Amino acid sequence: MKPNENSRREFLAATLLAGAALAGCRTNPFTPDEVTDIKPSGKMVKLLSVDGDIIEVDEAFLKPVPELPVVTNSEARVGIPGKKFAMVIDLSRCKSVKKCQTACNHMHHIHPGQNWIKIYPMQDSEKTAPYWQPTTCMHCDEPPCVKVCPVDATFKRKDGIVLIDSDRCVGCRFCMAACPYSSRVFNWEEPKIEKEIAAQPYSCETSVPQKIGTVGKCDFCPDMIRQGSLPHCVSACPNGVFFFGDILEDSVTNGSETFRFSELIKDKAGYRLMEDLGTKPSVYYLPPVNRNFPFEKEEKNA
Amino acid sequence: MEKIAENKIIEDLMPQQFGKKGMIWVISLLVVCVFGFYAYCRQLYYGLEVTALRDYVSWGIYISNFVFFVAISLVGSLITAVLRLTNVHWSTPLTRIAEIIAVSAIAFASLIIIVDMGRPDRFYNLFIHGRLQSPIIWDVIVISTYLVISLLLLYFPLLPDLKIMIQYKERNGKWLQKLYVFLGSFWKDKPAQFKITTKAIHILSITIIPVAFAIHTVTSWLFATTYRPGWDSTNFGAYFISGAFLVGAGSVLIAMYIFRTQYKLEKYITSEHFNKMGKVVVLLALIYLYFNINEFLVPAFKMKKSEEEHLMGLFTGEFSYIFWFAISASMFLPILILVFKKGRTPKWAFVAGILVVVGSWFKRYLIVTPTLLHPFLPMHDVPKNYMHYFPSWEEWAIAGGSLAGALLVITFFARIFPIIPIHETITETDTHEKV
Repeated sequence: MKPNENSRREFLAATLLAGAALAGCRTNPFTPDEVTDIKPSGKMVKLLSVDGDIIEVDEAFLKPVPELPVVTNSEARVGIPGKKFAMVIDLSRCKSVKKCQTACNHMHHIHPGQNWIKIYPMQDSEKTAPYWQPTTCMHCDEPPCVKVCPVDATFKRKDGIVLIDSDRCVGCRFCMAACPYSSRVFNWEEPKIEKEIAAQPYSCETSVPQKIGTVGKCDFCPDMIRQGSLPHCVSACPNGVFFFGDILEDSVTNGSETFRFSELIKDKAGYRLMEDLGTKPSVYYLPPVNRNFPFEKEEKNA
Repeated sequence: MEKIAENKIIEDLMPQQFGKKGMIWVISLLVVCVFGFYAYCRQLYYGLEVTALRDYVSWGIYISNFVFFVAISLVGSLITAVLRLTNVHWSTPLTRIAEIIAVSAIAFASLIIIVDMGRPDRFYNLFIHGRLQSPIIWDVIVISTYLVISLLLLYFPLLPDLKIMIQYKERNGKWLQKLYVFLGSFWKDKPAQFKITTKAIHILSITIIPVAFAIHTVTSWLFATTYRPGWDSTNFGAYFISGAFLVGAGSVLIAMYIFRTQYKLEKYITSEHFNKMGKVVVLLALIYLYFNINEFLVPAFKMKKSEEEHLMGLFTGEFSYIFWFAISASMFLPILILVFKKGRTPKWAFVAGILVVVGSWFKRYLIVTPTLLHPFLPMHDVPKNYMHYFPSWEEWAIAGGSLAGALLVITFFARIFPIIPIHETITETDTHEKV
């Protein structure tokens, strides 16, 4: 209403911005580092420049590039363009070696005792045959967890992956109640992880470091995908149970074997879990027929 | 009501200082509160690890306590709004009791939901990143609306009473006098002021009904919007609302009895009130029973595989003792007591009220926890203690502290303000005389 009010508000905003700018200047990215302190060793190293020329640099000036997150968290919310990821889990090959689980726990620095990948001993009814069923996050196309999250901390990307922003999660655990696959775990206490890992800035794509009071789950390892590698569970499995790939390319691979996704699903009668709920998972299962291993209930493999 | 002189009414209804019993009551509540606060400090320091909540049972007595508080707060809308709009006059002396129960319960419901959060330090995220499609945000919106309307419904009818109390300066003492003047010195008993407040109260009474239905329906949707057996029910909204009216009415019975006996209000909260409230409770218990039959009989008839484990756990399994206790205490026994005229005496109505409230608290526990112990995929690959749930002492202390806190708010309110509207009682006596 009052013109004064407006100009006062603008003034305040301007002051705040100026303050922020000044604060930013203290660590001016354009000031050179203390390069002057380094004394040339006289030993030259040949390097390939970005232009493709071979150049020589004194060894003393070489500095290892610190490992930076590949993408910012706002990019991580969008996803990898032109992709739609899917996983195929071949139940006929699983004998619950749990290497997938170990690799996943290790690479994501999950709190001891908790697992993002679970390997269930399943028996659908009394007379039917038991089998092992590994579960990851299903990365549903209609994710019930994303629907209920009050703060957009868990989100669905264009490439089909469902991720969690642990810097935003308020810890209400509604997503855990909503997920029918029990794939979410909660950090009830300060996660027991190495100090250096805990000090890293959180990345939605690595899901590291896990933070107290927030939810964690399988992330399909988008950081590995960006590097052109397979998720940790896929490469860790000695029996090639997990296949990973892009539905738009219609191919999935477990590292050593590659299939046309559509043909594999057709030939082996692939299915998804709890289809009747309408969650539309991105994880497909191949039924446990013509098995590579007998089902042994003793958890000696664990 | 027999003729009572105006001064006598004022004398009877003015707030009284705590007696010996009152002091013991207040101090014991304070002790429970402080203990609960200590437990919460531990939870803030160590995280939710101090609770018995784990990945499967990720909601426990905090959430069931939250549901209980939201439920009990609905009574404000029942007594002040529904009965006011239907021209039921006998409930006038109960309106303020109902409204303060509503306000303190809804305030503690909001607190307990923050207690349940893994990251209470990020509470502001609900406002800066809130997304309207989440039922939690619906709950935040309707609960805060309900709190505001309830506060106004408590405040507006208080204004004429404040004017009366300001006149007793010596009696009030310095602090209370300041408070009364701050809250109500602008009230001059002018007809225009009465006209505005009457209209405002009328509008609020109408608006609070849909909002009250919304708070508890949305609370039921926190469960019913998931797929889980025991929660995945289209009956849930109505089931929650009917249960809420019942527990609220039960709590009013308790409060009526305590205020009547402790403040010697036999002339104002008469046995006729217990008679009538008793009938209301029977009706509400029957309605709740109807929705319970719907909620359990229909799935039990089909016994779908996913529901079977859950239902059998309630009927004959692990939770059967609590289940049958809650059903009989919150419905069967109160109906049995209050359906007979002899049962609708103050003492028996008080017993029935306690049964309703205690039974209802456990009923809320049964709505939240057993479902979470029966996920779709079997519980596996987790530490052993993840497969059971019994609240830790910190959880009991915090839940107990919140209940004590709510009682403390009601107690202090009755110490500071007249718990029975003075001005309305005087006008109603006058109209009676004229008739």
